[in-house]
Order: sequence, then C-alpha cells, then structure tokens
Amino acid sequence: MTTLNASPAPAPLLSVRGLRVQIPTRHGPLLALDDVSFDIARGEILGFVGESGAGKSLTGMAVLGLLDAPAHIAAGEIIFDGKPVHALPASQMRKLRGRRIAAIFQDPLLSLNPLLTVGDQLTETMCTHLPLTSEEARERAIDWLRQVGIPSPAERVDAYPHQFSGGMRQRIVIALALCAEPDLVIADEPTTALDVSVQAQVLELLRTQCRERGTAVLLVTHDMGVISENADRVAVMYAGHIAETGPVDQIVNRPRHPYTRGLMGSIPPVDSDAQWLQQIDGAMPRLASRPTGCAFHPRCAHASAQCVSTQPAPHQEADALVACWHPQQHAPMAEAL
Amino acid sequence: MKTLMLTARRWRHSDLAWSLGRSPEAWISALVLLAYLGMAVLAPLLAPQNPFDLAALDLMDARMPPAWVDGGQLKYLFGTDGQGRDMVSVMLYGLRMSLLVGVASTLLSLVVGVTLGLVAGYVGGRIDNVIMRAADVQLSFPAILVALLIDGLSRTVLPRAVHEQLSLLIVIVAIALANWVQYARTVRGVTMIEKDKDYVNAVRLIGMGRARILFRHVLPNILSPVLVIATLSIGLAVLTEATLSFLGLGVPATSPSLGTLIRLGNEVLFSGEWWITVLPGLLLVGLVLSVNLFGDWLRDALNPRLK
Amino acid sequence: MSSPYLSVKNLSREFKAQGRTVRAVDNVSFEIPAGTTFSLVGESGCGKTTLARVIAGLDKPSAGSLNFAAPTGGRVQRTQMIFQDPYASLNPRWRVGDAIAEPITFQNLRPRTEVKQRVEDLLVRVGLAAADTAKFPHEFSGGQRQRVSIARALAGEPSFLVCDEPTSALDVSVQAQILNLLKRLEKEEGLTSLFISHNLAVVRFVSSMIGVMYLGRLVEVAPTAELFAAPRHPYTQLLLEAIPRIGQGRRAVAVPAGELPSPLAPPPGCTFHPRCPAVMDICRREAPALKPVAHGASVACHAVEAASQPIRFMPKAAALGAALSSNLTSGVPA
Repeated sequence: MTTLNASPAPAPLLSVRGLRVQIPTRHGPLLALDDVSFDIARGEILGFVGESGAGKSLTGMAVLGLLDAPAHIAAGEIIFDGKPVHALPASQMRKLRGRRIAAIFQDPLLSLNPLLTVGDQLTETMCTHLPLTSEEARERAIDWLRQVGIPSPAERVDAYPHQFSGGMRQRIVIALALCAEPDLVIADEPTTALDVSVQAQVLELLRTQCRERGTAVLLVTHDMGVISENADRVAVMYAGHIAETGPVDQIVNRPRHPYTRGLMGSIPPVDSDAQWLQQIDGAMPRLASRPTGCAFHPRCAHASAQCVSTQPAPHQEADALVACWHPQQHAPMAEAL
Repeated sequence: MKTLMLTARRWRHSDLAWSLGRSPEAWISALVLLAYLGMAVLAPLLAPQNPFDLAALDLMDARMPPAWVDGGQLKYLFGTDGQGRDMVSVMLYGLRMSLLVGVASTLLSLVVGVTLGLVAGYVGGRIDNVIMRAADVQLSFPAILVALLIDGLSRTVLPRAVHEQLSLLIVIVAIALANWVQYARTVRGVTMIEKDKDYVNAVRLIGMGRARILFRHVLPNILSPVLVIATLSIGLAVLTEATLSFLGLGVPATSPSLGTLIRLGNEVLFSGEWWITVLPGLLLVGLVLSVNLFGDWLRDALNPRLK
Repeated sequence: MSSPYLSVKNLSREFKAQGRTVRAVDNVSFEIPAGTTFSLVGESGCGKTTLARVIAGLDKPSAGSLNFAAPTGGRVQRTQMIFQDPYASLNPRWRVGDAIAEPITFQNLRPRTEVKQRVEDLLVRVGLAAADTAKFPHEFSGGQRQRVSIARALAGEPSFLVCDEPTSALDVSVQAQILNLLKRLEKEEGLTSLFISHNLAVVRFVSSMIGVMYLGRLVEVAPTAELFAAPRHPYTQLLLEAIPRIGQGRRAVAVPAGELPSPLAPPPGCTFHPRCPAVMDICRREAPALKPVAHGASVACHAVEAASQPIRFMPKAAALGAALSSNLTSGVPA
C-alpha cells in the first residue's frame, strides 16, 4: 500500500484505497469513480478540488455512505480509524455518521430542519451521540452558537433557521456538524452559495474550529483560492480519477500534472493583469464517453501513444502522487502573458 | 418524406420507444388502440351490413341472439337489435361515432384551453384573473352537468329541426366546454415559468411582440404535458358522450353511438336480450381502458423528473 | 470624457415587495466610453442584474435616463445580451441554427439566401462546427451553449453588448475559454460592452472601467488599474481583502463581521455604515454622493471626502497594491 507521508507517521484517520463507484444504466454500467486512493491524517485538512462532474462530491458521499441508488461502491475499500466501513450495514453507518463523521453541505437549508429551533437541533444531536443531560446539552448549544459567532446566542438559541441570514445559517450548520465532536468533517462546497465577504468569515471559522479540536476535514470545492488558503494537502480530481495529490504549496505553485497546470493558468489573477488566459481546449468528458487510457489525453499538449492506450498509475514522488505518464517539471508556473 | 424517415429513425432510437417496449401495458394498449382506430375508420368496409340502409333490414331478423347462443345465426355474429340491424355493423358505426365525438371534442377543448392558458400565463394581471375565475366556476360543476346544461339549453332555445341538424356539433361543443379547464391550468403554469426564461428575453431584445413570442417560443414547450392530458381526456370525452346518449341527449338517433346502443339495449335488458347492451358496453370499456393505460404510460414516459 | 457611448443618469428602479418599496437600483449615474468594456461588480442584492436589464431594455426604469450615442461607421444602435444560465438561455425545442438565424431574419439583416451561410460562419467563429446548426441545446455542454448564445448575440449585429455573469455557471477551465472568446470578439467587432459579475478577478481581466455596487448604489467607479492599485471605498477594500488568493498560503483575513442587510430594510444614510470601520456620525444620517477624486476615480464616501489622502480601512494590507501601502494613513478611528 502506498503511503502518502514522507516519514513514518501515525496511521491515517481515513484511508481510501482503489475506490470504484459504478452507476448502472441501460447502456451498461458507468464508472463514476475509478481507482480513487487517498489518506487523511488526524486533524488534517485535505482539499478535494476539481470541476463539475469530476467526482469530488461523489467521493464525499461514498465515504459518508450516502450514495444515491443505483450508484454503488463496486470495488475498493474505505477504512476509517482502522476499521473498514465501505460495506457496513445502513444502521451502523448511521451511528458512525453524526458521531464520528459529520457533513456540511452547500445549502444550509438541506442540513437544517425548518420546523425545529436551532437550539433543539443542536441539543438533539448532542444528546444522541454524547452522554449529556438535556440541560447540559442546552448550555453547550448556547456556547456553540457563541463560538460560531452568532450574536446574542442565549436568545437566538430558540430561533428557527429561516430567521437567520445565509451566512449565519451556514455557521449554525458548522456548529451542528462539530457539536457531536466528530473526528472527520466532510465539507462539500460549504461556501459556494455565499457572498465572498461572508465566505471568508465562514471559512476562517471552519478552519479555526477544526484546528482547535483536531478535527480532520475533507474540503470539497471547485475554487482553487479556497483550497490554497485553507487546505494542508490537496487532491486534484479529473473525470473520476485523482490526477495528483500533494502538499498545498506544491500543487498550487509547482503542479506536475498537465491538467492541474492548465487549471491554474485558467484562473484570472486578482493581483495582476493578463492579456489572455491560458485555456485548455475542449471540456471534461462525460461519464458515458470516457476516452481510453488517460482521460485527459484528448486535451493534453504532451499526450503520447502510451497516454492513449494505458491509464497512468499514480506514482509517488516525495510526499506527492501524480497519475501521469509525462509529469511536467518543477519549474514554477509561468505568469500569464 | 425525408422528415418522416428522420422522425422514424429518431423514434426507433429514442428513449420513448425503449420505454414503450419495456412496458407490456403500454404496447398492448397501444396495439389495441390502433385496432380500435382501424375499426372505426374502416367501418364502412368492415361492416357486413350497412345498418342505415333501411331497405336491407329485415324486421323478421330482429332481436336475434349472438351466433354462439341457441337461436343465433352465423350471419349475425353478435345478433341483431330491435330493428333487425346486425350488431357487428351497428357497433362498428357506433364506435366510429363515439370516437369521432371523443376526438373532436378533445381537440376543441385543447385549442380553447391551450389558448386561454397561454394568454392567462403570459399576460397575467386582470386577464389572468378573469380566465382563472371562469375556470374555477366551471370546475365547481361536474363535467357531465356542464355538458347536460349546454345540450339541454340548446334544445330549449333552438327549434327542433335546427337542433336535429346541429345536434352532433352541439354535443362536441358541450363536451369540449366541459373539459377545457385542465388544459388552461397546466398551460398557464408552464407559460408562467417559461416566459421569464432567458431565451424569451433574448427574443424580446430583438423587438418581437408578445403574441409572436407566445406561439413561436412558448407553445412548443407546453406540448408534452398537453399531449398527456389530451390522451387521458379522450377516454373521459367518450364516456361523457356515452352518458349523454344514454340519457337520451347527445347524438341524433339516426347515427347512434355506443352510448345510444347501450340505452336502446337497456330498455329490453330485462326481457333477456342482453347482447344489445352488454356487447357495445364491453367495446366501450375496452376503448376507455386502453386509452387510459396508454395515457398513463405516456405521462410517466414524458415526465422529465422520472428519467 | 469625450462622447461617451452610453450615458446613465440618476437611474432608479423600484419594486413593491411585502408592502414596502425596494430600491433595487438607487440613483445610479455613470458613462461608458465607446469601444470599451465597463463592469459592474458587487455581491448578491446589489442591483447589478436589475440595472443590466434596464439598460438592455428588458425593464423600464422608475426614474432617470439612458442615452445611447450613435455608433460610428453608420451602424444602428442595437443591444444584445448574453445571459448567466446556459440552460435557460436557449429554447430547448429549437435547433440552435434556427435560434441563431432568428435575429437575422426578424431584423432583416441579411437577404434570405445568405442567412444559412451566415449562421454557419458565426458558429465557426465562436469555436463550434458548421454542422452543429441542426443540433438541439441539450446536445451541448454548458460552455458550448454559451458559445451558441454568443453566436446568437452576434447574429443580431449589435453595437452594444450586455453580459450578465456569462461565466458564473461554468467551470474554471471553460470560463477561461469563454472569457478569451468574448474579449477577442469584442475587440474584433468594436463593441461597447457592459459586463456584470460578482468576481473581481474576472472583471479585472475583461474591463477597462469598473463600477462597484452595494445595495443598489454605486459606491466607487474607477479605471481598472486604478481600482486595484488604490481601492478607495471601504467596501471595495473589503471585497479585495476577502477574495481568496492562490499561492500565498494561509492568510489571516481581517474582514469585519457582518453581512449584507436585507434590501427590504436598508440602513439609513450610507447603507454600508453598519459594517464600516470608519463610520462617522454623518454616515448614519446622510447618504454620500458619488464624487470624483484623483486619476479618473469617483467614490461615494464621507470619510474619503473628508480625508486628503487615500485611506486604508482594512487593517491588513497583504492583498493591496504597493502604491497603497506606501502612502497610507490608518483610517480606523483610535
């Protein structure tokens, strides 16, 4: 088994190996995730970045055991804290979720029950997973609201979700996710629906809270800026595969995979001027029309015969993994012309 | 021709065709409907006897039972009615009339309902209010009652001879007016959604007027749900016509529909001559059942959310 | 400014909602020089989309005026628009060739015999294939649909193009393709454009002038280079500070807490005052007017007006240009 850490380290909190997710259709099974492998260490923030359809949300759902039928795990394993969880029966998976693995989704309205007060939702979650009396839970709920920055928490604890603004709701969702003291939080595009000024605040909150408690985070997003500022390590996904993995500084400043390089170049810079943006022609292939070999080869300037015929296996370099037959050199990204 | 071939090829590879093949209720009911349609259209060719040719009728042959019962003849497979007409022939022509009224009234209510729905949805405001309130009022009356009212009213107002001549038209209009609301409501809902979409805005930018936008751009998008409603409504229209004819209103006696036949047979039912009511009744049930099954399948197949 | 192409004066648009009047666009004035791209940037509820629709002619203003100059070269003033949602901007029942041909035939821009060729030429120009005329929208990806929309807009032979968040719904790599395409076409056609976005990086790439909107008002207007080198309004500085940066590692973002107030109940005076680190008494009472300052920039802020030099409101200057850091005084009251 390939490890992703340079020095012998404690066993990772989450270890995913060779994960394959299939969706049966009338044209035959579609491979939504293929041979996805990564680790998350305790307390680490792993960023999962990719464009829509790459499979990053699906990976999060697979770990949570929330794949929408008929999508299912066809191969591979998910090992959480040393125990395999990919084949757990639904009842046991439910216990795991909420107590040890929590989730934050893009739309706070999906995570919050509109009919219960936020206090009730917090206390209910805590009482289910922790040995607390209801008075203790309520005390803690108020404290959580204070910690996530809700003003006048003692009064607001009895308010309903619709009485809060979007950014406030997402903060409450963070509190809800963290109140049962999980080891891992899966955050799927947690700030995409928020305005940029609110996004900064919410991400900072998530980061500091998780750091303080040593909670690991799987941060799924399409926004490279969010990744750059919040993640420790990054996995880049393309068409159901992981293209490359590594420390955030390396992925962002010295990417090896041609897709990552192209992606970084496509992003318009805020702090400098650019005449033209670097563009990758074409678009990510749909599941039903995946090319042979490396999924990126039709759009890659460095593609060779080998790329067309064979899927590149990830190979390790220092503390990074690249799945490419022709990884590019370490030279820093050229500035856009 | 080329369009036809292209359409045929697209059909064969389409999701709709695949869905049809997978569902036995769907393709069986489709076949049955085709058979019904064939029978109705080809009635003059298929019928062994022309039931309206008074010279060919032999009163001596009246009230003969179906061929498989004692006293029946092979010549009259399903027996004869009170006037000596061959049941097979009279049922074929009756089916023709029932289908004619059913399809014509459905088409008419479709045109009326869709137009009103488009206008209400796109223009909004007071016009929308007026149309929708009219729809609400109409919905509080059962369809049969509406049809009865219109039919009865026309009988009172028009002189008998004129009514005789127009009665087919009146029945069609009556049933159509009873059923337009469902089209109007659905179309209004879809129109209200579509009119705010950006492709409509794009056309407004070049200066196209509202009416033209409605018919060129919004109308093609409402056809799917309308098609489903129409298919399901044909069954209802046929039944409404049958009910009207059963009650003695409806189509003129000279061109009886299946409903008329059921009524005629009903009068002699208790003297043991069951075939005059039951056989047309079965034919009617078969028609409505197949239409409903097919319509159900069509609605599910065209529902984008179930895909 | 010599002969602006579009002149917007005191434009307002009000809506009635829940018994109250909402000013989605509040007394906005600006000018767009011919042949340039002007961007309106702001967060949700700032009114930029409403303003774009009014300027495009899809909506009527409640007050104020719009004036288009006559285009050069004897062309006619025509506005076209590119919309945000690639899935709603094309009629799903129409073939794309017909959708692109419609502006040509309806406005009689070409003889009927030339229309087919023109449509195919436009498709190739936006990076698609001539054979795509027969396809339906659902056969294209999101980025390709935006290309079709661009082709349709060009078919209308516009002199003025309004782009309402044309790449917000697209992936980053596709966004780069579309932005490059738009920039190139605008140059080739000599179009004047209005570009709406919430993304300051995109806006920096496409425009020569930028207007920042907050709750229906224009708070700052400046040429692009000036806006990024020396952002003057506290909200502009907040926006710039809040944008995540790539490749600079962890940043301690010092953004004042608080969110956009509801448009139904805007704060009195300057609508930004509850979140402003430099709020003064006058800010709570009186809304500031947009006034020109140096280098072609205009700002609507009492604090900026009162100070003689540019002020740095946000404590952290990590993302702000060097020019700003050097000659700043701290604007945060002691």
